[in-house]
Amino acid sequence: MGLRRILDDIEPHFNKGGRYESWYALFEAVDTIFYTPSKVTVAEPHVRDGIDLKRVMITVWFAAFFPMFYGMFNIGFQANSAIVAMGLEGSGDWHEIIIAALAGHDPSSIWDNFVYGAAHYIPIYLVVFLAGGFWEVLFAMKRGHEINEGFFVTSILFTLIVPPDIPLWQAALGISFGVVVGKEVFGGTGKNFLNPALTGRAFLFFAYAPQMSGDSVWTAIDGFSGATPLSQIAAEGLPAIAVATGRGLSWLDAFFGQMQGSIGETSTLAILLGACVLLVTRIASWRIMLGVFFGMCATATLFNFIGSDTNPAFATPWYWHFVLGGFAFGMVFMATDPVSASMTSTGKWIFGALIGFMIVLIRVVNPAYPEGTMLAILFANLFAPLIDYFVVKANVSRRRARGVL
Amino acid sequence: MSSVKQILLTPLFENNPIALQILGVCSALAVTTQLSVTLVMCIALTTVTAFSNLFISMIRNQMPSSIRIIVQMTIIASLVIAVDQFLQAFAYEISKNLSVFVGLIITNCIVMGRAEAFAMKNPPVLSFLDGIGNGMGYSLVLIVVASIRELFGSGSLLGFQILPLIENGGWYQANGLMLLSPSAFFIIGFFIWAVRSVKKDQVEAREFRMASQSTPDGAF
Repeated sequence: MGLRRILDDIEPHFNKGGRYESWYALFEAVDTIFYTPSKVTVAEPHVRDGIDLKRVMITVWFAAFFPMFYGMFNIGFQANSAIVAMGLEGSGDWHEIIIAALAGHDPSSIWDNFVYGAAHYIPIYLVVFLAGGFWEVLFAMKRGHEINEGFFVTSILFTLIVPPDIPLWQAALGISFGVVVGKEVFGGTGKNFLNPALTGRAFLFFAYAPQMSGDSVWTAIDGFSGATPLSQIAAEGLPAIAVATGRGLSWLDAFFGQMQGSIGETSTLAILLGACVLLVTRIASWRIMLGVFFGMCATATLFNFIGSDTNPAFATPWYWHFVLGGFAFGMVFMATDPVSASMTSTGKWIFGALIGFMIVLIRVVNPAYPEGTMLAILFANLFAPLIDYFVVKANVSRRRARGVL
Repeated sequence: MSSVKQILLTPLFENNPIALQILGVCSALAVTTQLSVTLVMCIALTTVTAFSNLFISMIRNQMPSSIRIIVQMTIIASLVIAVDQFLQAFAYEISKNLSVFVGLIITNCIVMGRAEAFAMKNPPVLSFLDGIGNGMGYSLVLIVVASIRELFGSGSLLGFQILPLIENGGWYQANGLMLLSPSAFFIIGFFIWAVRSVKKDQVEAREFRMASQSTPDGAF
């Protein structure tokens, strides 16, 4: 218990009147990472549960490791394949210094791919963590609230939805906007009505649209570009899709994530593994996930039936919508954010279905944006309180009609 | 003299028409992508507010109360038409950029609000100064918003390139969000935040306050 004693010894300095009073938020964060908070509920009813907000957030963080590790491998795999295909020397920027020290550029070597991906992903993550953490701590100190582990989740989710070749300053700018405008101005965790990670991504999407809107693929290598599967579908229809190196893209490729894309969103399989963790621990709502899924299936099928002579995207079946773009990641990690989603059980179904519907609508009908997951979830976030309001109202009038109230 | 100073200066920070009264926000979103256009808009609005206040105040005792809004509107509309014609004659390019927004000064809540709230109760010279003051309060916010939007959205100020863009061989990547109207919302929001963190009396009382946790005695 040496650590406990150290923490107890220094605690008086951080309490009111102590020397480092304004740093209390930071002390509290460190303390509660290692030990259960000493504050307890004094009045009944007591609900005893081993899991608190901190543990909830850490579990989501772990669940995001599946797409994260696959993402790192895939960045390397895609880039190394391109390097071999184009006969290049390396990535062509400062990353090459790190990569060359540890590995080569053989796309069949897991180690080489992984090192390549890590050299791109870890700097992004560090920058996002430091920039976002700075704002989080600053607001915690000034506003007197606790540093919330929600930030662990926001930061890792944010890094997984940005392209691997994002400039680091853009990553810092995006997460700063997400944390400050998406969350802290409204009072911090629990009071934000938008998902902070998506808010940051939306900022980048509109600020640097040519790079970020998802028209051309993201591979972590200079001078390599092509259209993403979704924009190929929008332009020429499903049979035309191919990965940028020219090989056709099969459904299984897309399911396993053998394609370029944002860091964590390519592999539907890895995301579904993360979803299993979230569902088994009952942290994410299965109602929202199924709502998104069925909403997407129904809308995609509807468009298949309607058909269109001019817009080939109408013919895209639901199982392709499921594996392309950010759909799976949005469904599992973004839509299920407990703060910005609907709270009521019925509301969660409606909320999810609205997201699924909007994703397909934006992908298929809107010619400007090939991908709509981010915008669909932010849109539904705005409606979440309204959905809850009507669900509660409906419940009240149903019970009143029954004569119970 | 102090009241003249007060009338001119309180609309800047203490009673800013945009930041505190949240009036005239629509034009603050629409005309702030370029600083030069914004400056013209600010001058136009300040002129209209000042002179509409002056004329309305002059005839405030002759105006029957039941038709006062119509009379005010007539005066404001005439002034706006005069300003619009003047711009078309002498600054045609900028007038094209401002398009309908000069005409929309007629419906700008600040002009109407000052006429109703101040000019109807005060003598002409003070009303004129009040119009100038509120025009300056409006201009202050617009100039701040436009400077930020033009600087970060196009890398220039008043058309002079300050941050060289990547397209032209420089290093600055233009922020496209700054060219979209919503960015003005964010900037005005930050402006209000800054003003209110200095002037705490502008912060509204909370509508909802979380109740404190009940004590063991209160639980029964």
